[in-house]
Amino acid sequence: MTINTQPMLGQTHSLLSPMVRWGLLLSLAVLFGVIPFLPDFYVTLIGKIMCFAICALAMDLIWGYTGILSLGHGLFFALGGYAMGMYLMRQIGRDGVYKSDLPDFMVFLDWKELPWHWTGSEHFLWALLLMVAAPGILAFVFGYFAFRSRIKGVYFSIITQALTFAAMLLFFRNETGFGGNNGFTDFKRIVDIPIATPSMRISLCIISGLVLIAFYLIARYLVQSKYGRVLQAIRDAETRVLFTGYNTLWYKLSIWTISAMMCGVAGALYVPQVGIINPSEMSPAASIEIAIWAAVGGRATLIGPILGAFFVNGAKSWFTVAFPEFWLYFLGALFILVTLFLPQGIIGLIRKRSPKSDANKQESASSTPPPVAANADPQAQGSQA
Amino acid sequence: MTPDLLDAGAKRLAEYREKHGAEATAQSGGQAASFARVVQPNVVDTASGGILYVDEVTVSFDGFRALNKLSLDIRVGELRCIIGPNGAGKTTMMDVITGKTKPDSGKAFFGSNIDLLRLRESEIAERGIGRKFQKPTVFEHLSVFENLELAAKTDRRVRRTMFAKLTASELDQLHSTMKLIQLAQQSARVAGNLSHGQKQWLEIGMLLMQKPQLLLLDEPVAGMTDEETERTAELFLSLEGKHSLVVVEHDMKFIGELVNGGQRVKKKIVTVLHEGSVLAEGSLADVQSNDRVIEVYLGR
Repeated sequence: MTINTQPMLGQTHSLLSPMVRWGLLLSLAVLFGVIPFLPDFYVTLIGKIMCFAICALAMDLIWGYTGILSLGHGLFFALGGYAMGMYLMRQIGRDGVYKSDLPDFMVFLDWKELPWHWTGSEHFLWALLLMVAAPGILAFVFGYFAFRSRIKGVYFSIITQALTFAAMLLFFRNETGFGGNNGFTDFKRIVDIPIATPSMRISLCIISGLVLIAFYLIARYLVQSKYGRVLQAIRDAETRVLFTGYNTLWYKLSIWTISAMMCGVAGALYVPQVGIINPSEMSPAASIEIAIWAAVGGRATLIGPILGAFFVNGAKSWFTVAFPEFWLYFLGALFILVTLFLPQGIIGLIRKRSPKSDANKQESASSTPPPVAANADPQAQGSQA
Repeated sequence: MTPDLLDAGAKRLAEYREKHGAEATAQSGGQAASFARVVQPNVVDTASGGILYVDEVTVSFDGFRALNKLSLDIRVGELRCIIGPNGAGKTTMMDVITGKTKPDSGKAFFGSNIDLLRLRESEIAERGIGRKFQKPTVFEHLSVFENLELAAKTDRRVRRTMFAKLTASELDQLHSTMKLIQLAQQSARVAGNLSHGQKQWLEIGMLLMQKPQLLLLDEPVAGMTDEETERTAELFLSLEGKHSLVVVEHDMKFIGELVNGGQRVKKKIVTVLHEGSVLAEGSLADVQSNDRVIEVYLGR
């Protein structure tokens, strides 16, 4: 046969293309060669941003590739954070202000024993399990009912926003047993090693980087597989996918749950680095910010949202020192500008500047994200007589 | 069915296959041979010769009766054209058959054993009913090749697609489909960049990749050039016999080409829908000379 099979067979672009390989080498070199020699402030900042980058990556899977905009990913992030936070609270042991076995806030509330849901929180492995299980189970149950009822577009986004807001109110209450509005802080050690030392900071930062790289590779595998193409098909024309014989419920639910678990891991990495977790992480604004990182970086490209998280948070840490009162205006303006002029984000800008290889063109073309409102597009064709 | 009858049937089937090749079955209607065989729950049974039965289906939306006791009976291998003015219920009928809309009353069966009203859209598609939408619906950001690949009939469960690899036979099928729909040169092109007619063809190709027994085609030549329309008619006529086709169209010239072409010229039935039920049914000439049809549809 003379028809060109090459580009088609090549579309499982290898998982480790030369560019990815160089990128991996470079990022590993930075992680191990540069991070250990940076001042403390930057180590923590970079570590923190890498956790955010994981969230942006998770957001990209569900929004950029599947077309489902979640405005509640901050909740999954916070749940992972609380899972780790509980463990860190138990690690304080008797070194707290009240010298009690119970976490300080419980003593303050005059509780005599640990509530039931703190069972097992003294074990590190339990924390590791909880950081994926808590967001995963919540996302699965919530997603099952939402997707089964065919809730789509803005309606889904609004419900996720409401979900994270409701969770925030719940966690604000002292009776919930998660430290109320103060949350958890004052951590002393993790796996019995003091937490506030430079070497621990560097280790946590490097671990965050490694997890980010691992998640990037997993995400890359997923979107390059046939599974990933079904997700993009759902984004483009869900009814067509249904009438082709795919039960889209399980596709949406699986990527939604994977995305939530990724955020949970990010939250668990974030808490020991910043030393605090409280319900403000569940505020609607926090979730919206995750979507902004992804949009600024470039949806439906995996590297884009990671760059977006670095760019926006880097700008944030500079702005909030230089012009603290203008940060939110800047963020809003940035989002509007990106939506209007850079629908493909930073990555789109870079690709426009260097349209060199055909392979690149093909990839960018096939991963062009739909317009922002596309996820709200009701697949209405053919529904009227 | 008793075991001895089953045994006898199996024996006759084995003999029949020896004569006609291993692929031969007595499944399709109209064949003389019939064998005792077990009806499998998820495989359409068309031994009776019918592939689609719609019986007295009624659908109302807020009091408006989109379908009013609609009955339809499609035979295996038939090419049925359905015409009707706007709002006659053609698309709603397809919605009912493909599981998108649940009717208020009535029955819809695929073959003699699959109750369409109990199944979801994806399950119905999986059983062998393919549907083409009025507006061409393809995956705009995927390539032609990828569009067809996703449509291919394989295991469509999540954990399978995560690790799926294209097999050689799937690849062959992909190539022959791309040739058939004349998009072989465009295989790497993003579907969103195709012309309107090409998108229509791509969608038809995707339907064929599903290997459906029954194809529902909602205004398949809308927006096509005359030449494309002609080629589409040829394509459909070549499918006749192998698949059963239900074509909903406004374009009477196209209907004429379908009805007067192909193998079963004499037998082809045209159905006219009006206000949610069948107004007339019969050969194109009969239908066109029917007074009521002229009045409501062809009217002048």
